[in-house]
Amino acid sequence: MAQVKPQIVFDPWNDPKAKPLIQCRSITKRFGDFTAIDTIDLNIYEKEFFALLGPSGCGKTTLMRMLAGFETPTEGKITIDGQDVAQVPPNKRAVNMMFQSYALFPHLSVWENIAFGLKREHAPKERIEERVAEMLRLTRLEKFARRKPHQISGGQRQRVALARSLAKAPKLLLLDEPLGALDKKLRQDTQFELMDIQERTGTTFVIVTHDQEEAMTVASRVAVMNAGEIMQIATPADIYEQPNSVYVADFIGDVNIIEGNASPVSGGPEGAISIAYGEGQDPVQAIATSPVTEGAKVFYAIRPEKITVSHQPDPDRANHAFGKIIDIAYLGNISTYRVQLANGQLISATMTNARRLERRAFTWEDEVWLSWTRTAGVVLTK
Amino acid sequence: MNLRRLLLISVPYLWLTALFLVPFLIVVKISLSTTAIAIPPYTPTLDLAQGWAGFKDFLSQLSFDNFTFLTQDDLYWKAYLSSLQIAALSTLFTLIVAYPIAYGMARAPDEWRPTLLMLIILPFWTSFLIRVYAWMGILSDEGLLNQFLLWLGVISSPLHIMNTSKAVYIGIVYTYLPFMILPIYAALDKMDDSLNEAAVDLGASRLSAFWLVTLPMSRPGVIAGCFLVFIPALGEYVIPQLLGGSKTLMIGKVLWDEFFSNRDWPVASAVAVVLLVILIVPIVLFQRNQQKQQEAES
Repeated sequence: MAQVKPQIVFDPWNDPKAKPLIQCRSITKRFGDFTAIDTIDLNIYEKEFFALLGPSGCGKTTLMRMLAGFETPTEGKITIDGQDVAQVPPNKRAVNMMFQSYALFPHLSVWENIAFGLKREHAPKERIEERVAEMLRLTRLEKFARRKPHQISGGQRQRVALARSLAKAPKLLLLDEPLGALDKKLRQDTQFELMDIQERTGTTFVIVTHDQEEAMTVASRVAVMNAGEIMQIATPADIYEQPNSVYVADFIGDVNIIEGNASPVSGGPEGAISIAYGEGQDPVQAIATSPVTEGAKVFYAIRPEKITVSHQPDPDRANHAFGKIIDIAYLGNISTYRVQLANGQLISATMTNARRLERRAFTWEDEVWLSWTRTAGVVLTK
Repeated sequence: MNLRRLLLISVPYLWLTALFLVPFLIVVKISLSTTAIAIPPYTPTLDLAQGWAGFKDFLSQLSFDNFTFLTQDDLYWKAYLSSLQIAALSTLFTLIVAYPIAYGMARAPDEWRPTLLMLIILPFWTSFLIRVYAWMGILSDEGLLNQFLLWLGVISSPLHIMNTSKAVYIGIVYTYLPFMILPIYAALDKMDDSLNEAAVDLGASRLSAFWLVTLPMSRPGVIAGCFLVFIPALGEYVIPQLLGGSKTLMIGKVLWDEFFSNRDWPVASAVAVVLLVILIVPIVLFQRNQQKQQEAES
């Protein structure tokens, strides 16, 4: 997760005076009977690294293509830098796109590929050469300037595509699954490189991805999309810690969802509720951010790493549940325990392996106590 | 190399040797002979019964006289030049007609494409000769085209197309159109549409995106198509014979006349050998283009 240093907080979305670079107002896109995008509202601010995250077919690519100008919204309005772009064709927009397939021109060299956009605006020769050299330096491709795209590796091609789309210094750069074609190790390195380049050039990036880890790593804010709708827009930390729906909680990382009926607790902290979720189980003590009525059906989402596993209930924590370990996934640094409660509910709990494996306290079939605090999970109503 | 592989490779080589190289060597030999009123109508013929001396005698009788003759009578080089011109121009016309068709096909919705391809290939189901004959009915002074234009009132007297080189151009463009469309279509079809979008995204207009990206990407197809039309058009006989009348000079017709009307096999063979030498240049170029394309794809 991208952690911002406390001194230089970058959060224009919290500043009511900040003017968004891109504004989408009630955007809808239909292809025949199919609604790809359903009434989306979206603000993206300058210098943001914004991620559109969702499974394939959720409409994220359509949304990006509307920003690029390849699709026009059926309804609604998009403004870029205050200008309504409905009538602006893609070649007249200060928006460039890095294609998923990279779409490098195979008959042109790396140098000519990067210079393509500059030549189209008839920039003077020296300016083109200077700018291309700068882009080659930025993406560490100086040695490959004369090569054709088929003579370089996948990672280098990805960097050529990035250099080409940045060459015209666009106000907005759209990246369509930019790392999808790279293998895992290269992908991780490239994520940091992308962030670094985004920071150095100060360009606004909008990235489309289905990889939640990628979105969490690179983005300043993430929009989680599903079936043409935006489920939640928030910083990676808030998306993870404060999901607004079961869908978002489940889509990002691992989560335990406990379904139950809420009842407000009097005398506790503000918003305190208890959730009854099974016969013989102690109700979950939680804090609801919005008021819930007595007996309302709620979902309690709690991340595995927020739960501790022990032989005795932890008296410092408000919630306890007793169960049997049915599965252990050992991942080296951490282990995930799958614990079955008396009512059949399965709960995952992650513990760091601070001790050596042979001195591990729990094993299969052990009966253990799970404990977590009142504020560890979130109460969701949808 | 094991025997099976050798056997497999030898099949095409044997085929080419028996059906191309040997007949060609026979033609070369005839082109070096002299006409005679005999069967076959030329001398010398190789008589292996006389052994080595007979072979030497046979060699001494061969001469390049027929080739010298081709340079003396201006009919021949005029026919070669006129064939080159007709073949080159009709290749250009075919390209101009074929490119938009291939482009339209490559852009057509996926479900239409098999039908469109089928329609391109459909004319081959009818004999080539019959299709050329049909053009006589269309292009003649009383033909369908003239009747239609007269009925429209565009012209007041029939156009003379039949028995001129115009009819030959029309015939060649019509006949060889599929050979131009198919390779161009194949090249355009392979092209990733996002390349065009990338060009537009980088500021190119639709037209310059076509000029800077689509056209260069389709170049291998254009080159292949041009050779596939130019090479057979150069030696074309049927089309100029049926549509071109007596004034259209093409080397295929000259060859026919030498062979069947004059019964001068040696000169006819010399004409054929020179035609082949002329054709070798574009064929070698074509081969090189194919090879380059394969290398680029691998």
